[in-house]
Amino acid sequence: MKHIRTVAKNTIRRGAGTGCGECQSSCQSACKTSCTVGNQSCERIDVKINRPSDLK
Amino acid sequence: MVHTFGCLGRYFALDSESGSLFEVDETAKQIIDSRNSSFADAEGSFFAERETDARAERKPNAYAETETRLNACAVGEFKARTDAEQTAYAETKICPQTERQVRTDAQQTAYAETEAEIEALISEGALFSRGSAAAPRAYGGVIKSMCLNVSHRCNLRCAYCFAGGGSYGSDAENMSFDVAKRAVDFLVQNSGARKVLEVDFFGGEPTLNLDVVQKTVEYARGLERPLNKTFRFTVTTNAYALSDAAADFFNGEMHNVVISIDGRKDVHNRVRKTAAGGGSFDNALKNAAKFRRLRGDKQYYVRGTYTRQNLDFAADALALVDYGFDKISLEPVVLPDSHPLALRFDDLPALFGQYELLAAEYLKRLGTDGEFLFFHFNVDLAGGPCEDKRLRSCGAGCEYVAVTPSGDVYPCHQFALDAEFRLGDVFSGRLDSAVQGRLWSNDVTNKPHCQGCFAKYFCSGGCAANSRNLAGGIERQHKISCELMRKRIECALAITSIK
Repeated sequence: MKHIRTVAKNTIRRGAGTGCGECQSSCQSACKTSCTVGNQSCERIDVKINRPSDLK
Repeated sequence: MVHTFGCLGRYFALDSESGSLFEVDETAKQIIDSRNSSFADAEGSFFAERETDARAERKPNAYAETETRLNACAVGEFKARTDAEQTAYAETKICPQTERQVRTDAQQTAYAETEAEIEALISEGALFSRGSAAAPRAYGGVIKSMCLNVSHRCNLRCAYCFAGGGSYGSDAENMSFDVAKRAVDFLVQNSGARKVLEVDFFGGEPTLNLDVVQKTVEYARGLERPLNKTFRFTVTTNAYALSDAAADFFNGEMHNVVISIDGRKDVHNRVRKTAAGGGSFDNALKNAAKFRRLRGDKQYYVRGTYTRQNLDFAADALALVDYGFDKISLEPVVLPDSHPLALRFDDLPALFGQYELLAAEYLKRLGTDGEFLFFHFNVDLAGGPCEDKRLRSCGAGCEYVAVTPSGDVYPCHQFALDAEFRLGDVFSGRLDSAVQGRLWSNDVTNKPHCQGCFAKYFCSGGCAANSRNLAGGIERQHKISCELMRKRIECALAITSIK
């Protein structure tokens, strides 16, 4: 594409199979006074939920 | 919706529902912005000829209104409109007829190419994608994460402390080992199938009750193998009185160590004072730097707070890097509007500039000896959290709880001693399901102010405690926090796109 460069495509997977709960509670990392989940990683050991095959 | 933004001299577009991120040129940004206009439908389509009958059936009123207005526009009825309508049309720039008359052939070609690219991405569900209709997961009663307020005593008196000098407005006391042990048992008993359990030692200042911290870790470690659980310990300390013994213990047992330093010496000392009123910087930095050397490659963060007194906070972030810390975070202070240190809306332009400046410095230093990691610039696009995680942030009160020295359970450390949100205690083992239900249902799908926000799946609706304490209710919006969150996310996305 000439005018649009894809950085990442369809990274939020919806519906079934999400919510295993093994990832860190967002407030426990560094902030303690705010809430950010976007900077966390999926910690599912077998299959990362949000890792579509067409992603870099 | 698709959010376009400029950052670090480039343009980007984030499709909020699918999480797709693009770097775009000016033409693409312009077209996407026009499709985001109030005249566009959910897929960003506003050209009447593209509307299918099926779409018109789904949204009869909106479609009819759009069609009428566009047809009127196309036949040059501008003169018949009122001045207010005229202005609205000019600002939204939605009229293809007038837009195209002023374009050159080259611009016309670029426009057509870009539109084709946009249409292709729409067909892949990567632009103007629709949200999920799936209902959020019901709470299953599992707790996996605990903040242990092992001490409601503190050796500092920080001017912005949400805990009132560590005591949370009550008697300053330490947690006994018996309470800590019961808290760990309570966590294990409620953890269901979760393998990894988190315990954060918090305060007040946890080093003032180090003996209980050590005994609690030893006790929990003893449960790991028999119960097939793994404890992930963290500690948050001001490092003011961090002994070598404590540093060795933290380094050996803690998955993450968070140390509070605010940046430049004068900035730090103005707000982080000792109980006697002196500055705490020299001791804190000396001990933190020693710990940093001991820590090697293991996880840690030096975390500061910025206030209205240091609106140039990027200098404080870089000061932390200069001190030798390469994993840092600076958090906006969270205080009532009436507090002299509280951030104001007037401060936002300066603060936005600081985030962008820090982002530029972050990129400039990548691959050099001065490279650093800024907590809020981390984004894992390829392996980020799942949808469920993105709907309700920390899970306070349900999957995450805090325990006070007396054994009372609250949704998190910031709710400690808030009677309305007391959930129960670790001795009875029973929690107030009504309060839990209220917290669990307070997810991003139920917050009206989040629905049109591009950042909703990155911030997950914000901090319930901040909303409770500063906006008057967990369901409400602490607006200045939202503004800062959005800017941080834009910078993080720009960095991820560029690096």
